Amino acid sequence: MALDISTSLFGKRMKNPLVLASGILGVTKAELEAVALNGAGAVTAKSLSIEPRKGHESPIIIETGCGMLNAVGYSNPGIEDGLKEFSGWDRSEPLIISITGKDEKEFALLATRIEEAKADLNCTAIELALSCPHTPGYGLMAGQADPKMTGRITEAVCKKTSLPVIVKLSPSVPGEVEAAKLAEKEGAAAINMGNSLGPGMKIDINRAKPILSFKMGGMSGPAIKPIAIRCVYDIYGAVKIPIIGTGGVNDGHDAIEMMMAGASYAGVGTAIYFRGPDAFKKIESEMRVWLKEREYTSVNKIIGVAHE
Amino acid sequence: MSETFSPNIPIQTVRVAKVSAENEKVKTIELNTRLVAQPGQFIMVWVPGVGERPMSIANNDPLTISVANVGKVSSELHKLKPGGLISFRGPLGNGFRIQDKWKRILVVGGGYGIVPLFFLSRLACSNNVEVLGVIGAKTAKDIIYEEKLFAVNNETFVTTDDGSKGKKGTVMEEVCWILTDKKLKPDAVFTCGPERMMLAVARECLKHEIPCQVSLERHMKCGLGVCGSCDLDGKTVCRDGPVFDGLEVLGFESFGKSKRDASGKRIEF
Repeated sequence: MALDISTSLFGKRMKNPLVLASGILGVTKAELEAVALNGAGAVTAKSLSIEPRKGHESPIIIETGCGMLNAVGYSNPGIEDGLKEFSGWDRSEPLIISITGKDEKEFALLATRIEEAKADLNCTAIELALSCPHTPGYGLMAGQADPKMTGRITEAVCKKTSLPVIVKLSPSVPGEVEAAKLAEKEGAAAINMGNSLGPGMKIDINRAKPILSFKMGGMSGPAIKPIAIRCVYDIYGAVKIPIIGTGGVNDGHDAIEMMMAGASYAGVGTAIYFRGPDAFKKIESEMRVWLKEREYTSVNKIIGVAHE
Repeated sequence: MSETFSPNIPIQTVRVAKVSAENEKVKTIELNTRLVAQPGQFIMVWVPGVGERPMSIANNDPLTISVANVGKVSSELHKLKPGGLISFRGPLGNGFRIQDKWKRILVVGGGYGIVPLFFLSRLACSNNVEVLGVIGAKTAKDIIYEEKLFAVNNETFVTTDDGSKGKKGTVMEEVCWILTDKKLKPDAVFTCGPERMMLAVARECLKHEIPCQVSLERHMKCGLGVCGSCDLDGKTVCRDGPVFDGLEVLGFESFGKSKRDASGKRIEF
């Protein structure tokens, strides 16, 4: 029997269950196209806010030996330029537009603009970034990872758009299961578990100073995988909507582990740093080898099997 | 099972060995270290508490950079004196590649773009490759590295927009005749400077079927190929570049036309 590694996101085909996580590349449409060509099953654009943001001063990303630490600070050209940038998506891989706002009103306004532009955009879903650990006024630093706040923002967005809404949660604070349940109740179509972990810090001992200009940043990469796996495992039993499991997926075995924990899709970001622009192709091929050896016919058959 | 694609490139902190002024705006800083690096590669220089910026490698032994005082990071670097501490990571990116069969090359530098080309010229010269240079700037005081090039190049042509040094005009007038000159026609051309100048150089090289390599500048934030700020039609200039094949970039829509600012917004050149 042949192995089918394809899946679908809200009815749109994905050639594999790998999703480019928001914030890695994704500044431009050309970058998203390149990532799709390099093997991603779906791509997520860098988060858009109402106004343009320059983000934090460099250094914004530093390697930590077991992953990366980043404090990019939501740099983006703002919703209006962002909509122009990503409009006319004509590849078969689903495009997810990520948004970030200071409160539910801003999120609702962003969702309204995307709803108005959705025909031009040709995007498949909206993702709500409620969990960035290093930007004052947004995400974790604005209390958006709190379950009630997550519910409120989800509700405000779902009222404004008919597009499926993905809610991206934080692995950094307790309450992710409750947040997932409330997001589902308020209309979310999927959960992305989750954002970078932290904030963390790295100090250069020769200069006796934190390296990141923002001093602290979100951890990503192999170091955070066990936490992401545990969060996905817990949420899988609590909600019916699908989960994108994001955090530390660096190779095919990691992606399989994430799906066994309960994710329908595996988010990939930092692996691009460790394994190059074609990390997605490498991960897919490693998944194929493992699944074939065990005579699986569909990648979807491993979703949540760790619970059986 | 996964191989490591990127080596861990840690921040190194060394002492400044020597500081010299190129002109009123540019200082050359020699560091008390050497670096295994190719011409065209760059380092990210970090001033703790202020910021981090990409800098071309002007020489690898001793590691040397030239810094134009244009912002808050570079103005801090201009305050450095011999013995002071400087921190950097690198080398990063892909540099210029010289093929063994090339016997004569032309380097075309616009303004401070000459800096990485000097490193290339020095290396080529030590490998017995004949080096021709064209350097151009708006005005005489913006011409830097002329004496340094004199030591390694067989011939260097200077142009300024206002005619205050060398020939009045742009580098293109010199490049055009050199590319068709029976005695001087180079086997390959290397260029760094304003992108519209590099676009013109790459087009001219295509016309005469001469291989060309260009070194691009974009708003680099991470230097690791992940933040996406330095996008060039889906390539990251920091990791896939900064040196690209001229033929390849001529096929890119944004080459010579636009880049991104810190927010990711498209800005025209």
